[in-house]
Amino acid sequence: MGFKKLINSNKALSLVAAFMLLGTNVLMAQGTGADPKAADSTSKADMWLGVGYYVLLVLLACVIVAVVGKILKVYDLSLQMQGKKGMNWNNIIGVICIIFLVVSLYGVYWSFTVQGNMILPESASAHGGKIDFMFWTTTVITMFVFFITQIILFGFLFKYRGSDKRKGYFYPHNNTIEKVWTIIPAIVLTILVVFGFFTWRSVTNTDNLKGDINIDITGHQFAWEIRYPGKDGKLGQVNYQLYTPNNILGVNFKDRNSFDDQKADTIVLPVNREIRINIHAQDVIHSVYMPHFRVQMNAVPGLPTFFKFTPTITTADMRNRLDDPKFEYSLYCNKICGGGHYNMQKVVRVVSEGEYENWIARQKPYLSDQIKKELHLADAVQPNKAAENRIALNN
Amino acid sequence: MSTLAVHDHGVAGHDHDHEHHHHDTFITKYVFSQDHKMIAKQFLITGITMAVIAMLLSILFRIQLAYPDKSFPLLETLLGRFAPNGRLDPQFYLSLVTIHGTIMVFFVLTAGLSGTFSNLLIPLQVGARDMASPFINMLSYWFFFTASVIMLSSFFIQKGPAGGGWTIYPPLSALPKAMNGSELGMTLWLISMVCFIASSLMGGINYVSTVLNMRTKGMDLWKMPLTVWAFFLTAILGVLSFPVLVAGVVLLIFDRSFGTSFYLSDIILNGKIMPYEGGSPILFQHLFWFLGHPEVYIVIMPAMGISSEVIAVNARKPIFGYHAMVYSLIGITTLSFIVWGHHMFVTGMNPFLGGVFMITTLIIAVPSAVKTFNWLATLWRGNIRFTPAMLFAIGLVSFFISGGITGIFLGNAALDINLHDTYFVVAHFHLVMGSAAIFGMLAGVYHWFPKMFGRLMDDKLGYLHFWLTFICAYLVFFPMHFMGLDGVPRRYYAMTEFPAFNRWLSVNTFITWAAITAGLAQIAFLYNFIHSIFFGKKTTQNPWNATTLEWTAPVEHIHGNWPGEIPTVYRWPYDYSKPGHDADFIQQTVPLSETMSSNLPHDFEDNPAGLQQYNEWAKTQRSSEEVK
Repeated sequence: MGFKKLINSNKALSLVAAFMLLGTNVLMAQGTGADPKAADSTSKADMWLGVGYYVLLVLLACVIVAVVGKILKVYDLSLQMQGKKGMNWNNIIGVICIIFLVVSLYGVYWSFTVQGNMILPESASAHGGKIDFMFWTTTVITMFVFFITQIILFGFLFKYRGSDKRKGYFYPHNNTIEKVWTIIPAIVLTILVVFGFFTWRSVTNTDNLKGDINIDITGHQFAWEIRYPGKDGKLGQVNYQLYTPNNILGVNFKDRNSFDDQKADTIVLPVNREIRINIHAQDVIHSVYMPHFRVQMNAVPGLPTFFKFTPTITTADMRNRLDDPKFEYSLYCNKICGGGHYNMQKVVRVVSEGEYENWIARQKPYLSDQIKKELHLADAVQPNKAAENRIALNN
Repeated sequence: MSTLAVHDHGVAGHDHDHEHHHHDTFITKYVFSQDHKMIAKQFLITGITMAVIAMLLSILFRIQLAYPDKSFPLLETLLGRFAPNGRLDPQFYLSLVTIHGTIMVFFVLTAGLSGTFSNLLIPLQVGARDMASPFINMLSYWFFFTASVIMLSSFFIQKGPAGGGWTIYPPLSALPKAMNGSELGMTLWLISMVCFIASSLMGGINYVSTVLNMRTKGMDLWKMPLTVWAFFLTAILGVLSFPVLVAGVVLLIFDRSFGTSFYLSDIILNGKIMPYEGGSPILFQHLFWFLGHPEVYIVIMPAMGISSEVIAVNARKPIFGYHAMVYSLIGITTLSFIVWGHHMFVTGMNPFLGGVFMITTLIIAVPSAVKTFNWLATLWRGNIRFTPAMLFAIGLVSFFISGGITGIFLGNAALDINLHDTYFVVAHFHLVMGSAAIFGMLAGVYHWFPKMFGRLMDDKLGYLHFWLTFICAYLVFFPMHFMGLDGVPRRYYAMTEFPAFNRWLSVNTFITWAAITAGLAQIAFLYNFIHSIFFGKKTTQNPWNATTLEWTAPVEHIHGNWPGEIPTVYRWPYDYSKPGHDADFIQQTVPLSETMSSNLPHDFEDNPAGLQQYNEWAKTQRSSEEVK
């Protein structure tokens, strides 16, 4: 018990605090003594001073809590000495519950109005509209349940807070009620499931395999490579084994379709055209995420994936709508892929058909001079290697 | 059923022996103990230690998210090369995230929660002297301890701990050169997890066999408290799903160390064409989530069981719909095996399969909803006693509602396209499984502390701990929903590279300070916990006036739990505030014949002889009243 008093007594706590301060001082002194660089040591000293400051703050908070606790205890005991009942914690907590309910309802309202306004703007793609409709339907239904249940929960806590005068109501089960609240969620969820299932199927529907424009997006640590199909509208085949520092996608130039493929730094898309992005990864899993278009699909090494969508709002239009002249659509990596994961982005620009034609005409062909040279060299100087390449290709 | 339940434990002989062989040394009593109560305490204290470590890790990376451009010399002093110039290294940031997740999900909420309370409560609540196999039980703890040590040791190696996220998707985790966190740290992670799974399996087999075979006389399955039901089903889930993760992990070890290509294909790393061919990274995701999804129910179901029990005890009311509660647990257990694909909607898995998984996922929301409504109905017209345990159980209900609701968004494949891997997901699972489960665990700690340590924890500090933690948890996770809806991806080291995310910086700072406050609030718990172990008020045998069997055992721990014969059970565990009885609870060990005035026809459902007796008694009662 003596130990308990020691821990609880404020003197002991302040003593500890003083020791801590002394300790940080000593550490500081050591820092100054040991470090040859004066500048470094002062920064160290500052650091420990800062740490000491925060430790003291925390200790102070602990002391205040201890003091308040002691005061409550004394008050409680004095009440009991006067023959009254002690503090009724059931009532106190019941009231706190109701205060919490009211304050947090306001907090939720604030959060919805302020932070709720910071969420993504309307979808900039055709299928995104369906997703957004689904989203708002689900939000309305679930928020209704959220508010009702939380209000009931904390309301009950206040209303049925304990008292010695009452007994609980013995009510072990009621099959009707239970059936009701099994069937109602089941029906609501069925509606959401059916609705969601058809939305999902229409978004991922693969009947019409080719889009109007096919674009290859390849992820590697930590960048995206973009390849446009060129005039023929067809992308040449790739094979990772053909990788060279110049031909980083491993495009197979035995395939005629690859000759006019183009390389791009930005993803530029014509508005209202169906786009099919073919997604590849070279090293680890990445994920193509374009939230404004409600598009996401993982890039998996060895398993090409794709996503089809139709942008409906041009960048310029979106800038007007958001009143933000610097707005750009972007593509993020959304699957942990290593140290540079947080900065693996590409700008996506949606433009009118005319602007697109103009832009695409200016893009460089993927078959660069270096690659030409490389291929030529491979043919001329090392015919054996070329033969090996061919064998690999046939595989 | 009843044949299983009736057991003769050879009580007299056992106890006699026991008196004469009480030569526990320090080692056999506190270290290599085979007593389930001591093993429970070992699990609990290791679990709390791991939780504190994982919480500190989360505060480290929260500081990075709040102050991405600021340098903290203290970090360099503490972490050395992992925080050059006082700023976290991006790869170490990912390691922090990974280890935080791994420790919290597996070491705290699986082992710390199931390990503690299944061990403590299964034998005490079903009326057994110990676990079916005390030795395997001891091994289970020591495998867990070894796993913890190996996991933490990875902080002390050159390249740091595993960094591929707690889901360790290959190829990132399979290619040591892909990041620092995929080198030795990942090997240690894998070894640690194999030990952990071994521990978990040994524990699980013990729990299942104890519940099935060692129940005391009269304790049929429908007389078990919901805690035991939850632990039992959790153990089944673990036993069936953890081995699949071992398979996945072993194949990953092969890919990493022996040049196989189970998960690898078509890879060019750092300009080098790798020889792997024909594997599929998606295969690992299937294997991982086949455990991973049941895992989240392994985490939440014991917490639900504990809350059901604590709410019934402190609302002084029977749990509403006991059978429905059990059936919904069974429903969750069964369905949890066929929903794993909802983690993989956008991985390139066949979209039709995604649609199927969406249907199963939303079905699992039904039993979850039933549970929530039943808790609310239990509170209705109760006589609610606000112990700290009760508050934490209520906290679980609140978190489970808030987090469960967002699950309906994420389980919908169409909506998941845009929400997958954003902060919306972070908010969702931290509420529904993180906060809810940890609150269930804390409810259990406050409620059964007297059973574990023979002393009471301080209520007022418990209240302080609850309100600070509860409010801060909401402050941390609620705003994250909106970040997710703005498309902010999770596991980003800094948001500074994207001008669009700059406006979330102030929110991030706010979240970090809320998290730090929540962290500091745990001082109240730790002080209360440690102080009460040694100096807490001595408890009485049944401090909460509860009905279940564990409160009929003496406060002093004895080997074998009960002196003399194990008590026989006569009634279900929720006879609270039964009309006609003077006290507001009747313990399970009280025969119905002693409580004639409060018996109901319902009490004799499977007992025609008893019902006849009851009817006769009621008749005489009525006639005597008429005479008066």
